[in-house]
Amino acid sequence: MIAGHEFRSRLIVGTGKYASNDVMIRAIEASGAEVVTVAVRRVDLDRSNDAGILHHLDPARYFLLANTAGCTNVTEATRYARLARAAGFNEWIKLEVIADQETLLPDPVGTVEATRVLAAEGFQVMAYTNDDLITALRLEDAGAVAVMPLAAPIGSGLGLLNPYSVRTIKHRLSVPIIVDAGVGTASDACVTMEQGVDGVLMNTGIAAAKDPVSMAEAMRLGVQAGRLAYLAGRMPRREVAVPSSPTSGHLT
Amino acid sequence: MIALMVNGAPRTVAGGTTVAGLLGGLGLDPRLVVVERNGTILRQRDEFGALALESGDVLELVHFVGGG
Repeated sequence: MIAGHEFRSRLIVGTGKYASNDVMIRAIEASGAEVVTVAVRRVDLDRSNDAGILHHLDPARYFLLANTAGCTNVTEATRYARLARAAGFNEWIKLEVIADQETLLPDPVGTVEATRVLAAEGFQVMAYTNDDLITALRLEDAGAVAVMPLAAPIGSGLGLLNPYSVRTIKHRLSVPIIVDAGVGTASDACVTMEQGVDGVLMNTGIAAAKDPVSMAEAMRLGVQAGRLAYLAGRMPRREVAVPSSPTSGHLT
Repeated sequence: MIALMVNGAPRTVAGGTTVAGLLGGLGLDPRLVVVERNGTILRQRDEFGALALESGDVLELVHFVGGG
């Protein structure tokens, strides 16, 4: 549930980097995701028109979440967001303001500022951010409808590097927390969801698998398992062994 | 002929060409393209047919592509 809108799945998937559109479509189906992210780019006028994702992806079936990927400042990010909205599907934007090209880490100051600008224009802003509590609080204050801390850098597949930070963010914010980026395999998705966050967003973890369709299904199950385990409440960790079987009744 | 910049490259079209005419000439479905003209997004697709291009117009034609 984000900004009063209830979604079927806690898994949001990207549509980039697939070897073919056919594999992408089948992977998205296997993931069970309802929300899919797309990027805004110039139409390549020298090539055929089928680079456009909507030639392959049915916008009646999926909730399109446009991103501002590749934008490096507030002016660019807000421009991309407005172009995305003008496509006419919804007012939602996955806001990315990237500060560093080597790590693709986000610019906290620019992201907060762009969130404020876009929220004031009526956008539902889902803000990609570092796993920093204070930035997350500022984003919520600026009007983000969801805050999306990273598990690890975009495309790295390193898994959840700082569960403590993500748990703290989830604990302290009221808006939904969707962990975005860095999930590499199903166990990463599971561990991430076990922190109690509301959802996970991933692209490369599925698209770059040897078999993206199977990995998409694994991610779906990983997200479900992690959520269920979180709700179930794990046993306390102990530094000593405790027998599971009766200690009495041994043969003499 | 009038000279335009379209997606960063110079392009000439016949005088009187409309936004709809430009998109049609490029084989683009206007429902799947967002047009920014001189920094302003053209929000009303049903007005594309009435909007004549002018010499020096800078156009950006964008669409959704795969992304994460």
